[in-house]
Amino acid sequence: MTNVLALEGGDDVWRLNLKGDWSPQALPQIEQQLAILPATLAGDLTCDWSEAAAPGIGPTWALLARISAADRLSVRHVGGPPRHLQFLRDLQVGRSAGAAAQHTQPDGSGPVGKLGRWALWQGAEARAAVGFFGRIVAVIGEAFGKPRALRLSSLVRHIYETGVTAIPIVALIAFLVSVIVAYLGAQQLARFGADIFVVDLIAIAMLREMGVLLTAIIVAGRSGSAFAAEIGVMQLNEETDALRAMGLNPIELLVVPRLLALVIALPLLTVVADAMGLAGGALLSYWQLQIPWPQFASRLHEALAPTTFWAGLVKAPVFALLIGSVGAYRGMQVRDSARELGRLTTLAVVQSIFLVILADAIFAVVFVHLDF
Amino acid sequence: MEAVGAEAVVRVCGLVNRFGGQIVHDRLDLEVRAGEIFGVVGGSGSGKSVLLRSILGLKSPDAGTVEIYGRDVNRLSRAERGALVQRFGVTFQNGALISSLSVAENIQLPLREYRRLREDTLAALAALYLSMVGLPADTAAKYPAQLSGGMIKRAALARALALEPKLLFLDEPTAGLDPISAAAFDQLLLYLHSQLALTVVMITHDLDTLFRTCSRAGVIIDGRMISDTLEGLVESSNPRIQAFFHGPRARAAEKERYG
Repeated sequence: MTNVLALEGGDDVWRLNLKGDWSPQALPQIEQQLAILPATLAGDLTCDWSEAAAPGIGPTWALLARISAADRLSVRHVGGPPRHLQFLRDLQVGRSAGAAAQHTQPDGSGPVGKLGRWALWQGAEARAAVGFFGRIVAVIGEAFGKPRALRLSSLVRHIYETGVTAIPIVALIAFLVSVIVAYLGAQQLARFGADIFVVDLIAIAMLREMGVLLTAIIVAGRSGSAFAAEIGVMQLNEETDALRAMGLNPIELLVVPRLLALVIALPLLTVVADAMGLAGGALLSYWQLQIPWPQFASRLHEALAPTTFWAGLVKAPVFALLIGSVGAYRGMQVRDSARELGRLTTLAVVQSIFLVILADAIFAVVFVHLDF
Repeated sequence: MEAVGAEAVVRVCGLVNRFGGQIVHDRLDLEVRAGEIFGVVGGSGSGKSVLLRSILGLKSPDAGTVEIYGRDVNRLSRAERGALVQRFGVTFQNGALISSLSVAENIQLPLREYRRLREDTLAALAALYLSMVGLPADTAAKYPAQLSGGMIKRAALARALALEPKLLFLDEPTAGLDPISAAAFDQLLLYLHSQLALTVVMITHDLDTLFRTCSRAGVIIDGRMISDTLEGLVESSNPRIQAFFHGPRARAAEKERYG
């Protein structure tokens, strides 16, 4: 490493010779060598620029910052200092005057302060969520008197986007999961010679639980995230503010159509998933257990209670409400930055899947008590 | 007017840009010389921003060449491009500050990428560039969303200056600013131009800014560029240029410049 400065003198009279490369690119080595200047410099200092090549702004600033840290030093610049030196010195004077005027506030970063702020934040969050759901209900309530508020074309578009385009993936996953369940079930039941009960297993598992749960989780990943991201970007672009300023209600225009679309689409997707699940079970029973189609069908009739299908399907609109409102709510919370958008979209998916499973557990308990 | 070198810093030759059937640039030529402030003007949709994106190498043109410091920006290896981008700074129309980083971190972003510096030096440099563009010290810790439009433009300029380039590209630096802030920005630009010996290419449709700062300018008309000194453009006989420079708003700006 070449030396870019040399200090000579003593007894309150110093001379600092600047030499070699002082361009912006040389800043890393300049700052290293500035750092090893003695901290106790005092008295008169002469900075000689005559041998410094192409001095840049960053290096000059680093030098000024270093020598102004020693306050008992009077500095003189000789040897053709760079043109921007005076410019930087003026800035420095203004800067220290401004810095002195600043004062610090207590920031409340202790554990009690943190707990308090967390509690306040949670309270505000809960209030905001209740307010949001209230506004959705208000819009839907108004729509009874004013059907135009339902935005039919927007509703149809969202049914297409959340429902029709999701059919392939929902069908495929329901089919595969049902094949897996039937395969594992067949192996266990065959040991007791109870092969035929695979049909009961498939029918009850798919129709009551798996069909609707799988569909809801896929839709949460597909549409819940899309709701949050679409509405979030509109928030960042101030589009929602523009709607409000035009006297339009973003809840009515953006949230309610998506929510209703999901409430319509998710039960229909569940029917698709149920059908594909039964098809998968029937196919595997035929291949693995040599149960012919007619026998599968008649066994299916015996296994199903009249309520089995509805016990699954009735959950779908509830799951749809949870997924749709969490997605839209998180989207409306996006403020200021791209990072917020990512964080809230993730949160929307995670929370809606969690809420779907929680609701499913509550349904299970309630159905047992109702003997449904 | 300051001495203008003959050396061309930016040279665009025969640039053609098309979007579908729409021709934005039709064999456009442009030359920016060292030390000048060059204004690119033209009506909305005349392809000013596309020109800037082509010059910066963000959009590869359908035909023609773009050279910065004699290097063809579309024929550079990764390493050559990395070296070239350190020699110019850019501000975008809406600032384009990274929204998840504080203002200081935004300014330090190119410094962290291209220089290995200690944290206290980085902090000192962020403070330097903030004061250079006339922002208060407490701006450093703020996030872009907390700043006003004028402050965002200044912070973006600070970021563009961080690597000490001698060439600046400014896209609509005063658009969306009130007249006082815009005039202050013009003053800042002139001051930095003289202090730091910069070459500036500025896209603008703000005639006040144009007359206050630029030494030469180019007007994009029908996909081609007509460049001249401001005096030459003002006295031009081309009716389209006349319409641009002799509208009611242009007269006030000219009056201020020529008295």
